[in-house]
Amino acid sequence: MARSSNLSSRSKVLVRRETRSAYLFLLPNMVFFIGFVVIPMILCIYTSFFDSTMGKDAKDIFIGFKNYAELWKDKIFLRSLKNTFVIVIVSVPAVCIFSLWVSAVIYKLKGPILSTFRCVFYLPVVTGSVAVTVVWKWMYNNYYGIFNYVGKGLGLIDKNINWLGDERFALWCIILILFTTSVGQPIVLYVSALGNVDTSLVEASEVDGATHFQQFWKIKWPLIMPTTLYILVITTINSFQCFALIQLLTSGGPNHSTDTVMYYIYYSAFKLYRYGYGNAMGVVLAIFIALLSALQFKLAKEK
Amino acid sequence: MNSDVKRTGIYKTISLIILVILAILFAFPLYWIVTGAFKTAASINATSPDWFPKEWVLDNFRKLFSKQTAPLWELGIPFSSKFTEDGNPIIFTAGPVVPAAIRWLVNTVFMAVMAMVLTCITAAMAGYALAKKRFKGQHLLFTLIVCAMALPKQVILIPLLREMSSLSLYNTIWAVIFPTVGWPFGVFLMKQFSEGVPGEMLEAARIDGAGEAKTFINIVLPMIKPGIGALAIFTFINSWNDYFMQLIMLNSTSKLTISLGIAKLQAENSTDFGLIMAGATLAAVPIIAIFIAFQKYFTQGIAMGAVKG
Repeated sequence: MARSSNLSSRSKVLVRRETRSAYLFLLPNMVFFIGFVVIPMILCIYTSFFDSTMGKDAKDIFIGFKNYAELWKDKIFLRSLKNTFVIVIVSVPAVCIFSLWVSAVIYKLKGPILSTFRCVFYLPVVTGSVAVTVVWKWMYNNYYGIFNYVGKGLGLIDKNINWLGDERFALWCIILILFTTSVGQPIVLYVSALGNVDTSLVEASEVDGATHFQQFWKIKWPLIMPTTLYILVITTINSFQCFALIQLLTSGGPNHSTDTVMYYIYYSAFKLYRYGYGNAMGVVLAIFIALLSALQFKLAKEK
Repeated sequence: MNSDVKRTGIYKTISLIILVILAILFAFPLYWIVTGAFKTAASINATSPDWFPKEWVLDNFRKLFSKQTAPLWELGIPFSSKFTEDGNPIIFTAGPVVPAAIRWLVNTVFMAVMAMVLTCITAAMAGYALAKKRFKGQHLLFTLIVCAMALPKQVILIPLLREMSSLSLYNTIWAVIFPTVGWPFGVFLMKQFSEGVPGEMLEAARIDGAGEAKTFINIVLPMIKPGIGALAIFTFINSWNDYFMQLIMLNSTSKLTISLGIAKLQAENSTDFGLIMAGATLAAVPIIAIFIAFQKYFTQGIAMGAVKG
């Protein structure tokens, strides 16, 4: 009896010591994580219930759910929500399919060739959103851009098009740039996932006379499913966050045809100084992303 | 069987040809930036573009470096305004007066290196604790980290701005660095790598009488080195290329980063493409060189982080 209590008190000391050292190891990171991520998150939700503006003597006034109610009557917000969904619905499947195809072609190539291809498709990511955006702005330019030159040269268009200034094209122009800057990471992930597929399984299916197509769908596809899921989630989050492109290329114009939720948050908060309203949009956006991620997880699990 | 082999051979050749064309298209914007930076004004504004610069000139760079000047180095001590008598922050300046573009580059390097070093140290420690220690609140903390990772970073920028201005960090480089360090991806990645450290080794070190710090430095760190390398390069590139946070947190000309600098050039000279491309070259070339040099660690790191997650 005495021995066991002695033991348990000793193990208690050990547990306490382990807990203390764990907290010490966590401390430096937690200062930044809690201070600059968790607290702002809580403040974001909190401020979304206030009519909050920035100013010397401006006071936050509690207005309950009024910001949220206003959102659903705000035509610009609804338009930006629609644009955001168009971007996500077009770019996420396009990025996934394209990167899977590229990876399937390159993953068996020799080391240096493989890494060259991988590097080239990663270039637009590394170049940085601002540098990429300014060069595309030049390429789309009405007078000096190569798109009009090549388009006319190939006979695809008969007169110069103001790509970014035309409501019909502006959003698609942005989706194209977003696409080129989004496939880099998925390709890296797919190449490594396909490289990890157990070759004995593939060989066994070859002996059984499976075609390449069958091999892919019946053996490789299920095995790389976790990677696909991860790619779906990160691409969705990335597409929702599309901001630099819009701010630098069109500022949401023409006629709000390229407004996204992220841009409209920026516009409301930093151009109109409506912080509370911007935060309410942020909360709605976060809920959409969470719902979509959960849905993707669920679908993938069922399969 | 034979025709099947032939068909896949043809299919492979066609795919490779398409792939090479696509690769050229993907590399083209970068080519256009760099060649554009060295073209003459006449060549840039020609209606039929010069695919290759007929003559290489430095005019654009000369123009870029002729704009505003600032001291080479300026370091504000974070939170120092809370302790000085006049309420102004303590700022050190050093170095000769240089063009603003050089200063932007110095700011960017400082920001990216600082974010990288702080992230790696704190994330390695926290990741180790999460993976190898048992403590109260562990499950809750990990859930919080995963949830925070899935949320869009930009959503928290509005409250972050107000927090920074109440801490008097607004318009200092620290306002960009601190939230980057707090972003939980690093901890998540380091946790994945630390899981691979065998518990027996830690136990053996403990029996040998090694303290916590010693165990971490001598046993854990060497084993998670590849992960730290990946995290370092990842953080460096991301913070170099980030735009939104910098846009909101920084505003005076001498404090801009290279991303903001180019955006400013574009806003002020929207059709001087040569000048803008010179700025873009200055931003893109160093980071691409770094990426190519450390490519291996980077791709390994991304892949491992995801597979294990």
